[in-house]
Amino acid sequence: MSSSIPFTHNKYYSWCRNNLFSSWINGIITILSIYFIYEVSSFFLNWTIFEADFVNNFRGEKITDRTFCSKNIEPGQHGACWAIIIVRFHQFIYGFYPVEEAWRVNLVYGLLPFALVGIFFDNLPFRKYFIYFTFLFPFIGYFLLYGGAGLDVVGTSKWGGLLVTLFLGVTGILLAFPLSIILALGRRSKMPVIKTICVIFIEFIRGVPLITLLFTANVMLPLFLPEGVRPDNLLRALVAVTLFQSAYMAEAIRGGLQAIPKGQLEAAQSLGLTYWQSTRKIILPQALKISIPPIVNTCIGLFKDTSLVLIIGLFDLLGVGRAAVADIDWAKLHYEVYVFISLVFFIFCFGMSRYSLYLEKKLKTDNS
Amino acid sequence: MSDSFLRKLIFDEKIRSLVVQTLIIGIFALIIYLVTQQTAYNLEKRGIGTGFGFLNMSAGYDISIRLIPYTSESTHFRAYLVGLINTLMISICGCFLATILGFLVGIIRLSSNWLFRNIAYVYVEFTRNVPVLLQIILYYTILLYLPKIKQALILFDTFYITNRGIYSPSPIFKDGFSVVAWSLVIAIIFTIFLKKYLKKKQDQTGKQYPIFYINSALIIFTPIIFYYIMGMPLDFDHPILKGFNFKGGMVVRPEFMGMLLGLSIYTAAFISETVRSGIISVSKGQREASQALGLKNNLVLRLIVIPQALRVIIPPLTSQYLNLTKNSSLGIAIGYADLVHGFGGISLNQTGKAIEIMSMVMITYLTISLTISLFMNIYNKAVQFKGNA
Repeated sequence: MSSSIPFTHNKYYSWCRNNLFSSWINGIITILSIYFIYEVSSFFLNWTIFEADFVNNFRGEKITDRTFCSKNIEPGQHGACWAIIIVRFHQFIYGFYPVEEAWRVNLVYGLLPFALVGIFFDNLPFRKYFIYFTFLFPFIGYFLLYGGAGLDVVGTSKWGGLLVTLFLGVTGILLAFPLSIILALGRRSKMPVIKTICVIFIEFIRGVPLITLLFTANVMLPLFLPEGVRPDNLLRALVAVTLFQSAYMAEAIRGGLQAIPKGQLEAAQSLGLTYWQSTRKIILPQALKISIPPIVNTCIGLFKDTSLVLIIGLFDLLGVGRAAVADIDWAKLHYEVYVFISLVFFIFCFGMSRYSLYLEKKLKTDNS
Repeated sequence: MSDSFLRKLIFDEKIRSLVVQTLIIGIFALIIYLVTQQTAYNLEKRGIGTGFGFLNMSAGYDISIRLIPYTSESTHFRAYLVGLINTLMISICGCFLATILGFLVGIIRLSSNWLFRNIAYVYVEFTRNVPVLLQIILYYTILLYLPKIKQALILFDTFYITNRGIYSPSPIFKDGFSVVAWSLVIAIIFTIFLKKYLKKKQDQTGKQYPIFYINSALIIFTPIIFYYIMGMPLDFDHPILKGFNFKGGMVVRPEFMGMLLGLSIYTAAFISETVRSGIISVSKGQREASQALGLKNNLVLRLIVIPQALRVIIPPLTSQYLNLTKNSSLGIAIGYADLVHGFGGISLNQTGKAIEIMSMVMITYLTISLTISLFMNIYNKAVQFKGNA
């Protein structure tokens, strides 16, 4: 067919023509964009890879502190000094966790995907068992990390880096999930007392910054509780993070609940199902399905917000990074540390946002 | 008798819900009672009294960024006010900058040029997937690596860019400047009435007036004319390097700049997405229909596309403004003296009045949040569909 058209261009040519040079203004913009991309990427690639030090500097000496970075030997000529990341890699991933016990953290990291696939992919074989595992996972994980019953106890003050970030993120989300369903149902309840309590709770949490909640949990939780009970810093942060996340998640779920036509509930009631039966078997499965994309979006937000715990003195990924920068042996290597941490966060958050997009697309085709 | 009561308890919806609610109120009251008892006991044991008397005591610490007079002898309440003003200042500046940047990026994302729109896409993905706190710290670090005061970067002989801040001339208003300022206010009020009048006339006669150009000319030239009539009542105080620091002029501190950059670059990525989806939501048919009516391109945009896009943009934009305001509390990480840093941090540590101070801070944020949603809701109502909704 196409060969019968008199002027057939190569498809790359016509694509360029349509997308890059459709008018002379577009042509100028394209050329400027190419120049901009060239400048930025050449700077960035040179800094991160071509002129950077990894383990040895350009003279071939092993880097043990920043005085061996070529940036220091020839200022202004050399790129990043990644040795700081490599030397402190253990701290970034495990915090101050004992080296010989690090296998426990690795095991938890290894089990984490199994705990999550059940939620993420609904066409998985044996999905039910994966979901059971998801709800068992916080307890297994906590036992492995904290120890006891045969394992050496590693106090939470020794946890740090990615471990704390993931611990707060994953546990916060898993604990907030049931709470948020209760809050979302409560907000739509016909009983005024329950409705008022849920509305006040949700709107209060959403109206104040997370940092004030973290401060409150950190300073005031010990005041509220009897003397013997002293939750450690990490658990206090976890309480604040869970409450925070549950309010945002509840709003996402409420959106899903509102999207379910009233006829569904009425049909369920006419069949003689009670409130709890119809909610559990008819309403919630449908509502949760459509509210998963917004729920994932709140999870991305929470995952980023776990970095706030450094302000109350916990060593999450960013906290460990700040400590690394403050070390005199490695001082002035801010950019290396911050770029590395940004990359880690980017990978997690970008992955989640792609997943949420994939779900949205899938839901669109499911319903139409 | 008792059997029917039990039956009612379980099967009568009204009675059942009454019982459940009473139970919940009871449980809540019990929890609150226990917590207050425990707290009172703990406070007494630690020797911390309650009450807001500390607000009148001297704070004893200094705040470098302030818009109202404040010294280390000022009271804690004064520190609260300074922090509140700083929070509001960074929020307003941040929302302003983020809106401009967000609209710009959102429009670029819809450009027909593949490269151009993908540059914007990369920007959006990289900024919104990295924690705002990390970005604030990163930009602040970059600002601290600017040249030292002695080797200041000089722009147009007036701006000095250093690692201690950006120094610029400060205006000195002489007698008669208020006349210029008032002339601007009157010009703006006048243009509003003029616009209404010309619109009415256009509806009656069908003749179009270049309202936009007339009004812009009025707003720009009225103050300029009055400025010269009053004999140029404005002077500038230039910053001069004396010893180790600049004297005179104004300074924008790197803490403020770092917060502003971090908050606005981060939030702009989200705003650009709402702007993009808002513009996409206006169906192509609308645009084509208005072109078929003979409207020019800029009129299509102004009269057809933007009003409809705003309906979709405003609600998510509101929540972005709220997020930015709440994120302004991260100033504590780089030493920007906002509400949480000064009052919620240092004052709390000095006085130990955790409950009073944290509740004041939280209520303040709640008030700010509610005020923003109130105003945005009013604006939202103004742009929504009118008539048979």
